[in-house]
Amino acid sequence: MTTTPSETHAGQAERPQSDGPILEVEDLSVTFPTQDGPVTAVKNLSYTVEMGQTLGIVGESGSGKSVSSLAVLGLHDAKSSKITGSIRVAGTEVVGLSESRMRRLRGNTVSMIFQDALAALHPFYKIGGQLEEAYLVHHRTASKRDARRKAIEMLDRVGIPQPDRRVDDFPHQFSGGMRQRAMIAMGLVNDPSLLIADEPTTALDVTVQAQILDLLQDLQREFNSAVIIITHDLGVIAETADDVLVMYAGRAVEYGTVKQILTRPEMPYTWGLLSSIPDVAASTDARLIPIPGNPPSLLSPPSGCSFHPRCTHTDKVPGGLCSSQLPELTPASGVDHVKRCHLANPELIYRTEVLPEIAPDLVEEIR
Amino acid sequence: MFAYLVKRLISGALVLTLVSIAVFLLFWYGPSSPAQTICDRETSNRCGDRIEIYERTLGFDNPVHEEYLKWAKGVFVGRDIQIASTTYECEAPCLGVSYLTKQPVYEELVARLPATVSVAVGGAFLYLLFGIPIGVAAARRRGTVADKALVSSFLFLSSIPYYLFALLTWLYLTVLWEAPYVSDTGYFPITDNPAKWFAGMFLAWVALGIFGCTQYTRYTRGAMVEALSEDYIRTAKAKGLPPRAVVYRHGLRAALVPVVTIFGIDFGTLLAGTIFTERIFDIDGIGYWSLQAVQQKDLPVVAATVLFSAVLLIVSNLIVDVIYSVLDPRVRLS
Amino acid sequence: MTQDPNVRSQVEPTEVGANAAETGERDLEAEPHDAYSDHEVQVPGALEGHVASRLDPDAPAVLEVEDLKMYFPVKSSGLVRRTIGHVQAVDGVSFQVPKGGSLGLVGESGCGKSTTGRLITRLYTPTAGSMMFEGQDLAKLSNRAMKPLRRDVQMIFQDPYTSLNPRHTVGAIVGAPLAVHNVVPKNKILPRVQELLEVVGLNPEHYNRYPNEFSGGQRQRIGIARALTLNPKLLVADEPVSALDVSIQAQVINLLQDLQREFDIAFLFIAHDLAVVRHFCPEVAVMYLGKIVEIADRETLYAAPYHPYTQALLSAVPDVKQAAIGGRRERIRLEGDVPSPINPPSGCRFRTRCPLAQEICAKVEPPLLQVGPRHKVACHFAGELGQHPATPVTAGLLGVDDQGSPSASGPAATEVSTGPGYAKEWFDVKARQMTSQAGTA
Repeated sequence: MTTTPSETHAGQAERPQSDGPILEVEDLSVTFPTQDGPVTAVKNLSYTVEMGQTLGIVGESGSGKSVSSLAVLGLHDAKSSKITGSIRVAGTEVVGLSESRMRRLRGNTVSMIFQDALAALHPFYKIGGQLEEAYLVHHRTASKRDARRKAIEMLDRVGIPQPDRRVDDFPHQFSGGMRQRAMIAMGLVNDPSLLIADEPTTALDVTVQAQILDLLQDLQREFNSAVIIITHDLGVIAETADDVLVMYAGRAVEYGTVKQILTRPEMPYTWGLLSSIPDVAASTDARLIPIPGNPPSLLSPPSGCSFHPRCTHTDKVPGGLCSSQLPELTPASGVDHVKRCHLANPELIYRTEVLPEIAPDLVEEIR
Repeated sequence: MFAYLVKRLISGALVLTLVSIAVFLLFWYGPSSPAQTICDRETSNRCGDRIEIYERTLGFDNPVHEEYLKWAKGVFVGRDIQIASTTYECEAPCLGVSYLTKQPVYEELVARLPATVSVAVGGAFLYLLFGIPIGVAAARRRGTVADKALVSSFLFLSSIPYYLFALLTWLYLTVLWEAPYVSDTGYFPITDNPAKWFAGMFLAWVALGIFGCTQYTRYTRGAMVEALSEDYIRTAKAKGLPPRAVVYRHGLRAALVPVVTIFGIDFGTLLAGTIFTERIFDIDGIGYWSLQAVQQKDLPVVAATVLFSAVLLIVSNLIVDVIYSVLDPRVRLS
Repeated sequence: MTQDPNVRSQVEPTEVGANAAETGERDLEAEPHDAYSDHEVQVPGALEGHVASRLDPDAPAVLEVEDLKMYFPVKSSGLVRRTIGHVQAVDGVSFQVPKGGSLGLVGESGCGKSTTGRLITRLYTPTAGSMMFEGQDLAKLSNRAMKPLRRDVQMIFQDPYTSLNPRHTVGAIVGAPLAVHNVVPKNKILPRVQELLEVVGLNPEHYNRYPNEFSGGQRQRIGIARALTLNPKLLVADEPVSALDVSIQAQVINLLQDLQREFDIAFLFIAHDLAVVRHFCPEVAVMYLGKIVEIADRETLYAAPYHPYTQALLSAVPDVKQAAIGGRRERIRLEGDVPSPINPPSGCRFRTRCPLAQEICAKVEPPLLQVGPRHKVACHFAGELGQHPATPVTAGLLGVDDQGSPSASGPAATEVSTGPGYAKEWFDVKARQMTSQAGTA
């Protein structure tokens, strides 16, 4: 962290002291007891995010991508969840942190924006009021008038026209794109070091999605904050993230730089994600190959590799290892790239079997 | 907003007209003959041929629509009502004269209103005062032993028929335990002696309050549980707001909307007369009065109380809608 | 059935599952599938990769929509509720859906694509226009006369959670159309239901289960089975996969492709996902604020669109391949939001957000002009990205000058066709004259 662009509130937020990563997650597990038995939604998850960097977390519903991020904010009820491992935000250990100290972090050092802004903003309060509330809770000494000025400034900052008038609108009077902008303004009102965006553009149209992604990137550059984008859209990841974490059934199955993961993936689930979505620019000879079956139940996860029941490459692993032993996260062939798979030569299989089917036009390029 | 209110008032007036016609027809073609009843009463059951005089003066020999118009006109300008040889003056708004007391029904209604209002306001105040906070507390502790115990015990209480519940309250507190100071129930005007008014009302309030509290706890708890699971609650927590602000400013604010809706209708019904409460605790309010009227076949009073409840229902519905639009900015009245 | 050299001959057999034969190259059936699905029969063919559907340019139209309009009245809020305006949800839309083929309808929320779908299934009665289906105009039929035709035109809905009645068994849901239309005797309904469940890849033994016992993807299969019950000729699919998980979407798209080939069903495929539409539909129409702004075969529309809105839409889609390059793609930024359909902008509806807009755009509405053998576009400055002309190409045709004011010379002699199909002659925007297949070939 070098400079804080907005000086009015620089002293308040807990900025990172050193040049270490803003977020370090180590061996994180989150378990919820249910009537049918404990559900472990996140298992042994580790990742780090540096200042100014963007991490993309990809996965389907139930993969644990949102659960792990809510844990960073300490939003899981201590009574109905069990969290082990370590989460360090700007050097501060968050797991086991007291609720009152946790609250000082929330919305201040770390803030979060959510998928459906219409549901995530309170329908009965004015946009401005909700922004002011977010500002005031971390700026006890600020006056109501300061907070209002700050709210208008933030709305202006995220590109809402006539912010001094729209500040008194209710969420339902905004369009979908504007509501998401207001949500982002609320997330950034305290100049957080880390912004977690949970499916920030899923409910939006593509042109609005592009506007929001542009905005997020501009703001990140301006505030030099770290960003986590949670999404199921690999295109969004490709265009916004520096690093990618692919999650399946609560575990990281592939983790590395965006270029490594999306151009040389080494885990069949990542292949499946790439092959099951049509690409707007790819050759029309590209095939749509779905991942068979359904995501596994977290109540009784499959033995061995969680993905093996849906994997089409288990026959290449000798001795039924896929169904009996959980593969470790091991280094892949590229640098800064780990994968959780028993396959001995995944890069060869990807190049010779997977890529010709899903992107025949890219086979030459990749060599 | 203004146009909406005008529209609602017009439609309300239409409903009232229809209700009044229905009541009048019941009056006219109903199984009990008003003339016979009143004649029997005034002649000590030696009515005989004198029934004709009564029927004529009450207008039963005229076409029904003429009599209805006469009645309706009386509501607006007042009229004189002749029963047998006596003429009673009935000023507007004239709802007829009671066959029993020969007093204008409207005046009797107004005289009994303070008692009913006292019961309703006190009872409603009590059940909101306890019901809403207990409901909020239960919702926050959803799934815990305390919550489950509370919900099941309140469910048990509210499944007792209200008349039985009120009767048991009265029986235990006044007869068996002879609770001091409050055992002498009844309505005493607050202007005469506030302490006596309070003491007289107290048991009625307790009965109504406890019973309503069990219901409003459940309404509030349900609405709160729903509100607390909304996305905006998660947003509020993610902002770093303290739990109090999350629960009350964000959760309760949203949960109040359905509770207010139910309360508006409930309160309207309460004002129309809490028959059991008034009867059991000996409070001479509108409910008690209408009960007596039915027993004595005092038809003008029955008709008036029916009309009165219709008015209250229409007005309370309108007020609920207006409050709704104030509470929820997404609701636009049109 | 469309005979296309690109569709391999193995998909010919009438059983969907029969194209399992072609899976040899991927060794799929070597997998034990039972481990992950306790109540889903795997149709091995559904796992096989599917290439995009192909266009058959000679197929006759099964549905021909011309100048379709749907205006929803807007009431005033005063004492007397007068109609003070109309939401022009669909305003003069014309297109054809070829027999056994699919037309994609894309656009952002509020563009009228779903309303168009509902008009064709007659969930709404159109304000104006015609919808010719099998020689009958669906727009003019009474509800009673429409009933037999409802068998031929069915709909698949977006949300598999709310579009199935939770209190009815799957058998009742899928069999209901049979009972309503009295097409088979009562005792034949169950076998037909089981057959349909098998066709969509569900276990036929599960006809007596309830929707909540199925996952999202399986529910969407139930919805598809219901739509198939009466052997429809045309299926209107309104965002059929957008509520599903990514890995499930492809399963459902492949299933729809299989069904299309096997039963020769025409699709009107409505979606906001440009990539999905591209994969499924050889022909695509782009809608904006109630109008079609561009319609063309897939190759033209995605590779060389002429309309600035289509170009902006395509450039906004995030691309996975960008990972190899890093950073964001160059894109056309559209500012602001879609205007209200109650008071749409004059002239061209896109002009308020269009980077090319000039005076003429506010004055004259551009006609949907045929500019290629299978390509129509509604823009005064139609042209490939970066090659838009400086003066309006339509001015001569419409008899106006470059600013949109009526010109002295009056309209050109050439007729501007606005009908649903394609003409043999079209307007070449570069040469600014009429041309034909012979001229370019």
